[in-house]
Amino acid sequence: MAVSLDDTINHQTHSTLSWLLSRQTFWVFLAAVLACIALTFMTDTFATKNNLFNVTRNFAFVGIVAIGMTVVIISGGIDLSVGSTLCLSAIVTGLVMSAGYPLAVGIALALVAAILVGIVNGVLIAYVGMPPFVVTLGMLSVARSMALVLSNNKMVYQFGPDQALLLQLGGGTTLGIANPLIVLAVMALIAGFVFRWTGWGRHIFAIGGNEQAAVLTGVPVKRIKVGVYVISALTAGIAGVLMTGWLGSVTTNLGTGMELTVIAATVIGGANLAGGVGTAFGAVVGAALIEVIRNSLILLGISTFWQGAFVGSFIVIAVAFDRIRSFRQSD
Amino acid sequence: MTVLELKGISKHFGAIQALNDVSLTIGPGEVVGLMGDNGAGKSTLVKIIAGNFPPSHGTMRVLDREVHFHKPVEARENGIEVVYQDLALCNNLTAAANVFLGRELKRGFGPIRILDYATMYKRAAALFKELKSETRPRDLVKQMSGGQRQAVAIARTRLSDSKIVLMDEPTAAISVRQVAEVLNLIRRLRDQGISVILISHRMPDVFSVCDKIVVLRRGTKVADKRIADSSPEEVTALITGALERA
Repeated sequence: MAVSLDDTINHQTHSTLSWLLSRQTFWVFLAAVLACIALTFMTDTFATKNNLFNVTRNFAFVGIVAIGMTVVIISGGIDLSVGSTLCLSAIVTGLVMSAGYPLAVGIALALVAAILVGIVNGVLIAYVGMPPFVVTLGMLSVARSMALVLSNNKMVYQFGPDQALLLQLGGGTTLGIANPLIVLAVMALIAGFVFRWTGWGRHIFAIGGNEQAAVLTGVPVKRIKVGVYVISALTAGIAGVLMTGWLGSVTTNLGTGMELTVIAATVIGGANLAGGVGTAFGAVVGAALIEVIRNSLILLGISTFWQGAFVGSFIVIAVAFDRIRSFRQSD
Repeated sequence: MTVLELKGISKHFGAIQALNDVSLTIGPGEVVGLMGDNGAGKSTLVKIIAGNFPPSHGTMRVLDREVHFHKPVEARENGIEVVYQDLALCNNLTAAANVFLGRELKRGFGPIRILDYATMYKRAAALFKELKSETRPRDLVKQMSGGQRQAVAIARTRLSDSKIVLMDEPTAAISVRQVAEVLNLIRRLRDQGISVILISHRMPDVFSVCDKIVVLRRGTKVADKRIADSSPEEVTALITGALERA
């Protein structure tokens, strides 16, 4: 009896392969790889150094914000204000630097602005108990309005003495790789580590899975929720600074509608909007796939008007795959 | 020796008298069935013991030491653990993760503290073995049967050196086979000298596993006797008020 009980308790139910095959992220990754291979053969232009460089840099911005969004979605929330926060921090960077301050001050103040946005979101959601959708929808409006107020709706395109540094940071390369892509890789690694190996990471999954259970078992739910929205805003702030450097100018419509692309990337990458499920790698893969779709339409000479149809269908298909699998499991 | 002693516990919420002068003692390894109709004050009493709120009057002693709880954590620190009715489990996490939720084991490299998966799996496996439950630490709770889910929730109470476990309606919504499993889990706790307060509506469960039965009616204790000296008919009469007191 004791032996068989031991066997049962220690029995490994899933092989690594079946675990891999059960991941939405894996299938989306496969789809992205297949799309890349197909494009390599179908066009002469896809697998060129220039095009790959552009593709990877373009999805880096969405990917960075998607990592923050993944944290929020795992905890069972949503952050609609990331596009506006990105714009606000870009405007702050621009204004501070064009006033003659160095790059470090510009970045610091931009990130402070983003963190403030995150704190307001987090406190209203965690301590006042308002729904994340409503709070961040309000912030979507407020943060962009703040960007308009601060800049008086003027384009900023001169960044003072450190202009070259800023342009290098967002638009330059290190060892042939676009800087935003390096930032994305570093952030994805940090997020992956935190999700798997820290108590904080474990707790955001618990909150997304069953918030009441987390409260009853003594998890500091409110504090963690504020942290979650601060991180989301912070990733938007970082992407805002990098985008300023890449574009070389900031207007107040920067990042308009970006929250939807970011949420799409996260969901395609396997995060569940109901909470409790998501990976950092998934966010990156989701963002990459959207960019590959966009890029391929251009290279194949298909009107970019089709982009929304393709990306939208892919969201539905990716989630439908997930549903079909869970139906099979419950049989 | 008594593990838990309540003396003259009363609780009112505004004008509503939820509990009126309830006294109760529980010895080590004793399983007490707490019964009563809806609104009789069972939940209020359990919440006072679990530290959700303090009583209006009366004293509470744990291991002959007077205690005053203001938060559930304080009750837990004094060896009182609760298995909630909905079990407070996260379906998206593994059994081991649920057992250690909020009390994760970590190992450190200097200031960086990372989760100690190996030890948590090993200790969770040992706890499930102790409870004689076929529950795998690495499985997601989502895929588990009602009995296994109970085992996870009960294993959680065995992490610290708990003296007393409160179980709120553990057999309310599970199948017959799983009820037997849960009752066995309660016997395992008893065998290890842990006292259990079982809140239940199900007469057969209480009579098969409890040593003592306490009946509340409209905030007052109307019975407190050995199970051997009572009968389901008597308890039913006490709960409904057909029998005034026993």
